[in-house]
Amino acid sequence: MTQPLLKLEGLKKHFPTTTGGVFSKVKGTVKAVDGIDLEIFPGQTIGLVGESGCGKTTAGRTILKLYEPTEGKIIFEGKDLAPLSPREMKPYRAQMQMIFQDPFASLNPRQTVGSLIAAPFEIQGITPEGGVTEEVQRLMARVGLNPEHINRYPHEFSGGQRQRIGVARAIALKPKLIVADEPVSALDVSIQAQVVNLLEDLQNEFNMAYIFVAHDLSVVQHISDRVIVMYLGKVMEEADKTDLFSHPRHPYTKALLSAVPVPDPKIGRSRERIILKGDLPSPVNPPAGCVFNTRCWKAQDRCRTEVPQLMQIGTNHRIACHYPED
Amino acid sequence: MTSTNMSKPFLEVKNLNVAFPTEDGLVRASSDISFSVARGETLAVVGESGSGKSVTSLAVMGLHNRKTAQISGQAILNLESGPVDVISADEEIVRKLRGKAMSMIFQDPMSALHPYYSIGNQLIEAWSLYNEGSKEDGRKRAIEMLDLVGIPAAEKRVDEYPHQFSGGMRQRVMIAMALINNPSLLIADEPTTALDVTVQSQILQLIRDMQKEFNMALILITHDLGVVAEVADRVNVMYAGKIVESGSAEDIYYRPDHPYAIGLLNSIPRVDQLESKRLVAIPGQPPSLIHRPDGCSFRARCEFADRVPGNLCATTIPTLDQKSTDHFSRCHLPESELVKARVEIGGRK
Repeated sequence: MTQPLLKLEGLKKHFPTTTGGVFSKVKGTVKAVDGIDLEIFPGQTIGLVGESGCGKTTAGRTILKLYEPTEGKIIFEGKDLAPLSPREMKPYRAQMQMIFQDPFASLNPRQTVGSLIAAPFEIQGITPEGGVTEEVQRLMARVGLNPEHINRYPHEFSGGQRQRIGVARAIALKPKLIVADEPVSALDVSIQAQVVNLLEDLQNEFNMAYIFVAHDLSVVQHISDRVIVMYLGKVMEEADKTDLFSHPRHPYTKALLSAVPVPDPKIGRSRERIILKGDLPSPVNPPAGCVFNTRCWKAQDRCRTEVPQLMQIGTNHRIACHYPED
Repeated sequence: MTSTNMSKPFLEVKNLNVAFPTEDGLVRASSDISFSVARGETLAVVGESGSGKSVTSLAVMGLHNRKTAQISGQAILNLESGPVDVISADEEIVRKLRGKAMSMIFQDPMSALHPYYSIGNQLIEAWSLYNEGSKEDGRKRAIEMLDLVGIPAAEKRVDEYPHQFSGGMRQRVMIAMALINNPSLLIADEPTTALDVTVQSQILQLIRDMQKEFNMALILITHDLGVVAEVADRVNVMYAGKIVESGSAEDIYYRPDHPYAIGLLNSIPRVDQLESKRLVAIPGQPPSLIHRPDGCSFRARCEFADRVPGNLCATTIPTLDQKSTDHFSRCHLPESELVKARVEIGGRK
């Protein structure tokens, strides 16, 4: 087996909550990400799914050290990045990039497309072969933008085109890993497919690994090789895509999948649906025992006291549950 | 009350046009819209941003500013007291229909609720518009409604403020508020888009239950084709301000007739199908609503336009033609070519 490109060991990110004011005191912590282990190989896509507040975005940002991890290791090509200072991180930044959700907020409105896409070269002090301008135009053409528009500003582009600008900027330095945080959820349905296809083509071309953070399970199912399901900062289930979607073992995964609407009237109306009661509990004060026990229809006394550990239950399939589904 | 009114659909929209003059020109946000919804029926309106789905429903609610928007056509509510055209009726009359004859819930339940007033006060305000009675009666009714929409400990939570509720719970409050005066028509504009899937299925179930309970006509506006498949009786597919296809849910999903609808259905990945083939994307992007192309607005993105004889797609706006009993499509493509198109696009999956 080849060496994993990136390996996470017990990655945690806790945010302190404070009383506020001048004499602010720490009164608790939000365990946004509470222990993730994963391995990702070149050319692989891992989908990180879960509902809002589950910690998937925080996980993505902590992996890139946009947040300082509280605990755990981020091993990139054999080197632990967790203890590195921002200065020491710089050379690694060229190899790991991010695509953001909101194509309106993630591009500086005062910069031209040309200077936005050229920024990575400038920051890393790299002059590509043939010069920056030529390379930027080549990148624009590659992601499906008209290279003649190099001097235009972001507001002159539609949402889908702006997301292409974000993609061009992310691939400029030919990174080995891209964390894409909800890259298509702000786009219209007919444009989503275009951007998903573009991401897939670029992955095939450059053999990049993707960590694809999203709440839309249909898109994740389509693009991922492996999927991690999170709930309140914890990993609930992790498996190869086919395994997870055809045979979910964690009650939460099962409920989540059953809630996804299917665009087919006959199937959609006859599908068995598990409707979870209530809402996601507050991450400031998560339930004791299994974090999912307050909404789980299978919860027993044990689930309210004992935290289930993530355990292997099949080839490459792990779940954290005391009473898994068959 | 006349018996003929009872057999008519509750809402009839006829040749509705909404346009907004701007510095750059006239934005034709929705044009030539006709449809009807009966009580107990669910009409889903699907389309991308800018396709005119919200603009149309705001016109039905009489919520456009008549000084700035150019509105023509009719939106007739067949009330027990007789038909009223929302578009031409006096604003004072329309105001008295809102909340009572017709009601609306919006996408973002946080910005639709007032942060300074308790949930109870906001519900009582809506109730007292159409009911004589003390504040105590209103409060009783508010608690009853909160209970009905599944808010636990309603007597206690009625005094809480919007920020104390989660997104899903806020949307339940919005539904309670919209239904407190038993409206006959409910327009839900992307009611679950801001919510997580597990909460989305709770809210969709609730809306369906409430529709049965109050025998309402329901218009559900959404871009989510999965949601539409699950709840809609009839579907209007909108593109660039026009209805391009209209039919039963089965018509649209199993026998789509417009190349845009065919393309849209094939471009979305499905959670129940474990295939990893490339998605079939629709190329290009929607046209500007100001400088509308001549002919069919979908032409620039349509791969079948060249199969229509005589360059018709570039010169003539297609009409919404009847395909079968209740199935209409706005496309020049001959039936024989359409069958081929459906197979071709479907075969790429």
